This record gives sequence, structure tokens and C-alpha cells, in this order.
Amino acid sequence: MRPIKGYDKEVLHSLLKEMLLIRRFEEKAGQMYGLKKIGGFCHLYNGQEAVCSGVAAAMDRGVDRLLTGYRDHGHAISLGLEPKGIMAELYGKATGVSKGKGGSMHMFDREKGMWGGNGIVGGQIPMAAGVAFAQKYHQDGGATVCLFGDGAIHQGAFHEAMNLAAIWKLPAVFICENNQYGMGTSVGRASSVKDLFIKGQAYGIPSKMVDGMDVIAVLEEVKAALDTARKDFQPSFLEIKTYRYKGHSMSDPAKYRTKEETESFLQQDPILLLKTRMEDAGLITEEQYKELDRQLKEEVMQAVEFAESSPEPALSEMYSDIYA
Amino acid sequence: MAVITFREALRQALDEEMTRDKEVIVMGEEVAQYDGAYKVTKGLLDKYGPDRVLDTPITELGFTGLAVGAAMAGIRPVVEWMTIQFGLLAIDQLINNAAKFRYMSGGQFKFPLVIRGPNGPAEFLGSQHSQSFASYFVHVPGFKVVAPSTPYDAKGLLKAAIRDDNPVIFLESEMSYGHKGEVPEEEYLIEIGKADVKRAGTDATLISFSKPVLMCLTAAEELEKQGISVEVIDLRSLRPLDRETVYASVRKTNRAVVVDEAWPQASVGSWIQAEIMKDCFDDLDAPVELVASEDVPMPYNHALELEVQPTVAKIVAAVKRVAYKEKE
Repeated sequence: MRPIKGYDKEVLHSLLKEMLLIRRFEEKAGQMYGLKKIGGFCHLYNGQEAVCSGVAAAMDRGVDRLLTGYRDHGHAISLGLEPKGIMAELYGKATGVSKGKGGSMHMFDREKGMWGGNGIVGGQIPMAAGVAFAQKYHQDGGATVCLFGDGAIHQGAFHEAMNLAAIWKLPAVFICENNQYGMGTSVGRASSVKDLFIKGQAYGIPSKMVDGMDVIAVLEEVKAALDTARKDFQPSFLEIKTYRYKGHSMSDPAKYRTKEETESFLQQDPILLLKTRMEDAGLITEEQYKELDRQLKEEVMQAVEFAESSPEPALSEMYSDIYA
Repeated sequence: MAVITFREALRQALDEEMTRDKEVIVMGEEVAQYDGAYKVTKGLLDKYGPDRVLDTPITELGFTGLAVGAAMAGIRPVVEWMTIQFGLLAIDQLINNAAKFRYMSGGQFKFPLVIRGPNGPAEFLGSQHSQSFASYFVHVPGFKVVAPSTPYDAKGLLKAAIRDDNPVIFLESEMSYGHKGEVPEEEYLIEIGKADVKRAGTDATLISFSKPVLMCLTAAEELEKQGISVEVIDLRSLRPLDRETVYASVRKTNRAVVVDEAWPQASVGSWIQAEIMKDCFDDLDAPVELVASEDVPMPYNHALELEVQPTVAKIVAAVKRVAYKEKE
């Protein structure tokens, strides 16, 4: 666990607040899914909050871009998209961040750097290399972060993109959120090697493993990688070890793992770990935390109310946004 | 007017657009130092440098996906696939990302991207390098698909494709690169979505695209000698399809034959055949015929491979059938 000494109180508060907001948002999304307000695929992020929060905090939000997979609600919140717009998107409403045409897997906000949730495992990796290519070509001073799961790392898309990023020296940071299961298949059953980060080394790309339960570790390592990307056009690869508490999607009861395993990870919950360090440093009290939690639950409830009361898209919307 | 090859027409289009707009880049296997497998990109590396003319590793999925991402961020990549056949490795990046991201994001992004390369049967290449995949792309909303048959159309359409803000699939033909035709010195564009009447006629309409258009013109000459006047329509664009031009001709001649060098099932040709029969039903004096490739993988043997494809003789016979002049 990395020390929080040296970080402004505001920075730590905002990380804690953001992670807790994501947790409460996902809990509510799961609940609304159970009530059939949300349909289709819905991949929840509970347990992985430190990854996207650390990543977003490390980004230069004016110029950097982020592309991720389908478990993307947390990334959207971390990049500053309003919970209202995200919830409305889950409801398929016209006020959703993608006008109700994307859904759970496809949250977008061009200006905020949220360049998509991709529903094809690993499909975003070559694209992200391309966004990084454009950043270098335009000399805009930015870098691109690409996130994907441990299931994606065996796709050719990963390997082809890593090779291209290396030979063309692209300002990109590739991050494998290793939550240890590709749907129901444990990483041990799917990977030829135990440590996934060595797959980046095969392409001559600096690669390392990061504790994804420690938001400070994520922030620091991603920041260093982004700095190298921007300054030296040197891509990096990070395997961030994390854990998802819920099933792969709402339809998955996660019978392939033991209760003990899940509980052991709850002991190193990313929100709990930051909160404890902040308490120890006298930066937050239990009462203040409870008050924060109450406010965030209220914010999430308002997002639900917003989504519920928002209009459906007009049927004519079916034919818009196909061609530029 | 200058007479140049199809390949030179394409090269001129790339050259002119790269000069006009710094966002235009070219990437693909062997496009730079090797001057292109079919020499379409000859000389571009020397003129525009390695930042804009990029040799890629043999990773169609990787570099096509990279181009999609670059387009998303404002570059106008022209990707060369050494053959469209290799593009099957990359088609996910095009369909799921280039064609859908604009829609899925509620219109926040655009993808000014051109994918070009030889499509359709060539010669002696065996089964894996010799087939038309036009229908794979025409099927997908979000793409535009063009397939020119002459150097003039190739140049004007490629320039329009590069300036288009949408992903354009640009289908060429390996057998056409050496074909010559007139191309004016002055700049011109050809609007995507407009067919061209390549020969006027009154008794039947031949509808085709890409290389088989030339076969249709030869067939039309032969039929003329037999007293049948044939109109030849070159679709040029397959998505969007210029129904207006096709239907106007069919309503005039009342008879139509579609020629497509792809397999017959669920092909562009069978789709157009169905569209005409549905929309021009009352104007037709005969069922619309389709001359396609045989429903088999392409054999290596030359006599077999020629007979698998549409031929002038097959087209002539089909026109005579729809004109009810088989016995003459």
C-alpha cells in the first residue's frame, strides 16, 4: 500500500468520492436492472473502482484520450460525465450520453476524452493506437490510455496493436485490468503465463504489474507512463491487478468461484483501503464519510429520477447519426 | 485528353489529395519503400515522406484498426489492403468500429477513412486470392462502397472518397490496373452515389460494376450486330445505390440483366436483381436475369477459372433470353 503523504487533502477526497460514487452508481444500476428498467448487457464495475479513478486522475484531461471496453460506467464517471446522463443512457433515453443509442457498453463524451466503450473484446486496442498515432501526428501534446480486460489480452488485436505502438513509437498507455476472469474463465485457465505484463515486454515495451486495489499506486504508475508517452513517444503496458465483485454481467451468478475468494478481496476493497489511510492521517472521520456516502446515494437517486422522467428518443432518431 | 492507366489514375488521385490536405496519409503493406504491390503508391514516399506514407507489418486487423482510430481523431487515412481478401482479418474493425461508432455515440465522431485494394477474381491465383467480397461491405449501414471500372471514374471517385467524412470501401480490380482510359488534366470529382450510363440502348439494360462492366460493353457491341440495342449502366457506387438511374433505364427497355463477378447467393447482384423486380415489376417484360460467378471456390486451372466467372458469351445469352430472342 502506497503512502498518501504528500497528496493534497482535496485530491484524496476527490478520489474517495469518485470511487464511492461509482460503487453506489453500479449498485443502483444493478438494482434498476433487477427491476427491468435496464435491459440487455450490463457489466458492473464494483471492486475495480481504483483502476479508472487512478487512471483519470493521472490523465491530462485537456488533451489525453481514453478508450475502454464494455465495462465502462466507471470510466465515464471518472472522466466527469454526469451520472444523470450515464443512467439515462442505461435507460436508453434521449438524454443519455450517447442519445440512448449506445447503451451500457457504449458511453461517449468526445470533449471529456471518453472515446468509447467497445463491445468487442479487445476491439478498442488497435483503435487506441490510432488515436495515439493521430496525437503524435498532430503534435497535440496528448497521450491515449487504452483499457481492456484480461480476457482481451489473448486477442490478436492486442498483439498487433502493441507491435505497431512499439515500431511507430506511439504515445499510448495500454492497461490490462486483470480482474482475474474472462467472463467465467479464470486467467489461469486462459493464459499460457501467470503474469500478463510480460506480454508487453515481448514487444520491447516497458511493462509492469500494479496493485489495482490501491488507487494511489494506479495514479502514480499511470502518471509516470503517461509522462513518458507524452515526452518520449514511448508506449507502456501496465497489468493492473483487480477484482470484480459481481458476475461478468447481470446474467452471471458467478458460480465458478468460491465465496472465500470473493470475501478475501472484500478485505482489500479499494474504497476501504483509501478511507482507512485517510482516517489514519486524520483527513476524514467516520461521520464525514457517512455524510459523503449519503450525498452520493442521493446523487445516484437523482440520476435515476432523471432517467425515469427523460423522454424516449423519437423514432426518427433511428435514421440519424449514421453518416456524417 | 491524356490516356493513362487505372493504376496511374489512382496514383494521381492520392497525390493530388495528399498535396491538398496534410491530414491525408497512406498506409498498408509495401506501400512505401516497395512502391506498392501493384505500384499504385509509386513515388509517394519520396514526395511526402515516411510520416505520411507508412509501410505496415502484415497485420491487417492491427493497422486497419489503427487507421480507424486515427480517423476518429481527425486524420484522413487511405489504407491499402494488398487484396480485399486479406481484409477479412480486419473486417471487425471496420464494421464494429468505423461503421458504428458514430451511431453508438449519438453522432459525436466521424470516420473519414478510405479502404482500398483489389477485389474480385484475378488470374491463376487459386481460391483464396480470387473472389469478390463487395456484398460483405455493401451490407453494412455506415459504409459507402464504390467500385469503378475506368481510369476516369477511379480518379474522380477516389478523390471524392478521400474528401468524404465517412468510411469508404474502394474496390479495385487487379486485372484493371493496366487498363487505359482518358483522364482530363484539370481537376474533377465524381459524386459518390451516382451511376453512369456507359452506353445508351433501347432493347435491354445491362447493369454491372467494376471490371465486368468492360465485358458488358463488349457484349453490347456483339448484340448490336445481332440487332439488339443494349444500354449499359455502370453502378460505380454500390452504397448508396443510384436506383434512379437504374430504374429509369429499366423503365425504358423493360428488360434487365445484372452482371456481378461474385458468387450468386446473397450478393450485390442478386440484391439489385430483386430490387428491380420489386420496384419495376409493372415495367418488366421478362424476369431480371443475373449473370454471376458459379457457386464454387475459384479453381486454379485457367480454363476452369474463366468458365467460373461471367463471360461475354454468358452475358450475350442472358440478354437474348430476357429479350426473348434466344432462337435468333
